[in-house]
Amino acid sequence: MSVDALLVAVIALPLAGALLVTACGERRRNLREAVTLVTASLLLLAVLQLLAPLWPTDLESESTVALSTPLVLAEPWPGVTVALAVEPLGLLFALVASLLWLVTSLYAIGYMRGHGEQNQTRFYAFFAVAIFAAMGIAFAANLFTLFLFYEILSLGTFPLVTHAGSAEARRAGRVYLGILLGTSIGFFLLALVWTWSIAGTLDFTAGGVLAGRASPFAASALLVLFLFGVGKAGLMPFHRWLPAAMVAPTPVSALLHAVAVVKAGVFTVLKICVYIFGADFLSQVPAREALMYVAAATLLIASLVALRKDNLKARLAYSTVSQLSYIILGALLANALGFIGGGLHILMHAFGKITLFFCAGAILVAAHKTEVSDMRGLGRAMPVTMGAFFIASLSIIGLPPGGGLWSKWLLALATVEAGAFILLAVLLLSSLLNIAYLLPIPLRAFFGKADNQSNGDGVREAPGFCLAAIVITTAGCVALFIWPDAARRLLSLMGGIE
Amino acid sequence: MTLAHLPALQVVAPLLAAPLCALLRAPLAAYLLTCAVAAVAAATAGWLLFTVTAGGAAVITYALGGWAAPWGIEYRVDALGAFVLVIVTGVNLVAVWFGRASVMREVPRERVFLFYTGWLLCLTGMLGIAVSGDVFNVFVFLEIASLASYFLVSMGRDRRALSAAFRYLLLGTVGATFILIAVGLLYQMTGTLNMADLAARLPPLKESRTLQVAFAFLSVGVGLKAAVFPLHFWLPGAYTFAPNMVTVFLAGTSTKVSVYILLRFFFSVIGTDISFDALKLHWFLLPLALAGIFTASIAAIYQNDVKRLLAFSSVAQVGYMILGIALASAAGLSAALVHLFNHALMKSALFFTVACMVFRVGNSKLTDLAGLAKRMPLTAAALVVSGLSLIGFPFTAGFISKWALLAAALQSHGWWLALLVLASSLLAVVYMWRVVEALYCAPRAPATVQSQAMTVTEAPLPLLAGAWLLAAGNVAFGLSTELSRGVAERAALLLFGGAP
Repeated sequence: MSVDALLVAVIALPLAGALLVTACGERRRNLREAVTLVTASLLLLAVLQLLAPLWPTDLESESTVALSTPLVLAEPWPGVTVALAVEPLGLLFALVASLLWLVTSLYAIGYMRGHGEQNQTRFYAFFAVAIFAAMGIAFAANLFTLFLFYEILSLGTFPLVTHAGSAEARRAGRVYLGILLGTSIGFFLLALVWTWSIAGTLDFTAGGVLAGRASPFAASALLVLFLFGVGKAGLMPFHRWLPAAMVAPTPVSALLHAVAVVKAGVFTVLKICVYIFGADFLSQVPAREALMYVAAATLLIASLVALRKDNLKARLAYSTVSQLSYIILGALLANALGFIGGGLHILMHAFGKITLFFCAGAILVAAHKTEVSDMRGLGRAMPVTMGAFFIASLSIIGLPPGGGLWSKWLLALATVEAGAFILLAVLLLSSLLNIAYLLPIPLRAFFGKADNQSNGDGVREAPGFCLAAIVITTAGCVALFIWPDAARRLLSLMGGIE
Repeated sequence: MTLAHLPALQVVAPLLAAPLCALLRAPLAAYLLTCAVAAVAAATAGWLLFTVTAGGAAVITYALGGWAAPWGIEYRVDALGAFVLVIVTGVNLVAVWFGRASVMREVPRERVFLFYTGWLLCLTGMLGIAVSGDVFNVFVFLEIASLASYFLVSMGRDRRALSAAFRYLLLGTVGATFILIAVGLLYQMTGTLNMADLAARLPPLKESRTLQVAFAFLSVGVGLKAAVFPLHFWLPGAYTFAPNMVTVFLAGTSTKVSVYILLRFFFSVIGTDISFDALKLHWFLLPLALAGIFTASIAAIYQNDVKRLLAFSSVAQVGYMILGIALASAAGLSAALVHLFNHALMKSALFFTVACMVFRVGNSKLTDLAGLAKRMPLTAAALVVSGLSLIGFPFTAGFISKWALLAAALQSHGWWLALLVLASSLLAVVYMWRVVEALYCAPRAPATVQSQAMTVTEAPLPLLAGAWLLAAGNVAFGLSTELSRGVAERAALLLFGGAP
């Protein structure tokens, strides 16, 4: 298939999946789940097809690959198009999202049935819509297209967040949508139109489009607007939607609020820094330094908050807020190591964090526990789950044998290259905090003594589908530790970075 | 050539059909006649628009009865006029063709023919305004449209419709009188009523006090008709208590036509030199627009009746159009015109879906619509799509409006105005979200409280089709903007005298 046909397929597949899932309905639920799995598999295949020409097979030759010309779908405004294109960072994001969608679908089947959730058809349909939006974001050829799909993602995940339909879920849904739409309409859209009126184009261009056109003041204002406007990146003080979104069923928290949605946010930030500002121009923007410290503060504060959270999902959510700021920091450092390290952290953190959420969901389904303090001694009843939790924690912290080591390594090198030693210290301190809030959970589960009998008896591992998903993503963490280079080389193909 | 008579046909068809409709008396016959006229009007408007944009002639003039212009009555259609004609006839077509069930439910059977007679007269007036080439005829047609719409509003089932119609009548008459005074003053100064003539004779009178007085009367008069803040007090009541299809029709057309009059007078007749450079019109309009946008949006948030909520939203949306005009640039004007088009589309779609709900539930209180999405999923989905358009969500017509307005605001006033526009659109998110949340997420109230909302079913097919047609239009015009933006830009350039 040609690249254009594949691009259309990548966008159309999840959407078709959503419609078919709705058509199947609750009565044919096995067929419905089959539709989800088949769609996810086909999507993964399509993304791999797109990836094939770029995949660095020959490690010796640094070939520069000609990127596809944008495929224009509509032109609602002269010069502003809805267009798709293939680009290394987007490919990586699409690959992560589509691969983990397949795994999460497996997990969701076990979880939703094991937990006896209502309205499962709606759940799977909107899940597919969210992936559709994520694919659109990944393959957007310009910032306008990206914004369109970004908004669809906010709206499409709302029914998933409020899935429970309770008063608490509604309240959380309001916070979720309020912050995400508020920031995107209030800041992001303004920055978008402003950029367009300055540069006359919104196309992602190697080296950026603002250089030489925006005054230092305008560039600073734009950078601030973009970074806070992309609320999905979770920069404080606009991070509250993420903990609020934790009322959603665990598969949603796992795929969307550890991978697709939050990564869409930092992905957008990276794209803006690389292709709208460009490394050279970005490093001259006056506001950049202040924003780096905002990111650093977010990184530390979120870690400290995570430390104090007893609810496991809340702790993981704040951990995510903290890890997202690593990527923002990488983007703001405005050097090649930072961009590549940030991009790589999207991948590494995705595998680590989705595993942790899977484990949290498995514990909820099997042992009905949500609080960290209740999980002592649980490791003996759920050794696979807790073992996976341990390995994934190591990856998040940045220790072997987890892939997180490499992205944090590159980010640390990037701070050194930029001469920002305070930020280096922040990164190291944060890693220590990661240890403090993550590792005690599996350690106490294995070696701690159960407070009551319930953790020992009667509790067994989660359903097979869940367990399979956990094992796959944990294996992914380890595999990324052993073979990180292909992803790094893919990222180094990003246009305009040396 | 017969095609040359198109501008006349545009007005004559509904005008002749109105008495015929009154004579027919049978509800079905009246309905069919109105349908036929709606189709003819829409086709004529489409043809006119095609002719002035793609067909070579930039302006079509038509001397009524063969009496040449400054003496005879001249009909004159340019890109702007044809644009408004298409909007009015388009909304009219959908409301007439698909709205029958709603009309039959709300209007007593023996008065249906009167309803359609009033409707046709209202249509005549609005179309007449857009084709008219002289200012006195604009006034006459405006009065035809207004009197007919007072009548239509008063046919609402709720008795409060009468007082709403009366208030509308009082304020509307004040507005009309002011316009008439202004027209009189213009005539006294120049001795002509023809727009082209006036445009040629007014510039030397730039310093004249009389012109300034006429200008002031005109602004207030048209402002009343267009519901420009703070002259909007008639609108929420009229929209809330009118029969639902009348609300659809008026919300999509009446304020738009009034904004058209505003543009015609300020730009074509008086000219930008006088309106903006000499009399600083934009200094008044900009604060009024902003105040209107914010006040009305905030008022909308606190409404408990969906129709009233949407009515306040309309006042706010008129504010956006005025804001576009107040930017005093071609980009701003074209943004205002794009929004004129898109707002007609989104607001008629919203009121149409509400009409579907009222058809089943009986009223439009938020509490009574709670949880209705389960019962009327398709209607509710149409409301969500149109609501997204109102908010300015990507892929919808509303987004195009917002984009145009933001770009124009950034161009002429910088980021602070753009930020205000965006902040106000967040208010739209809040009030639309209240409706959506009520429909989808509201807990089921005790059965005694809302017996109806829980037992109703989906609206009848024609109503549903109308709602979805309009909702789909919101998406279509969010993706392809050749008709909305393309023509708006052309018209804006025309009003700015060909200057880029």
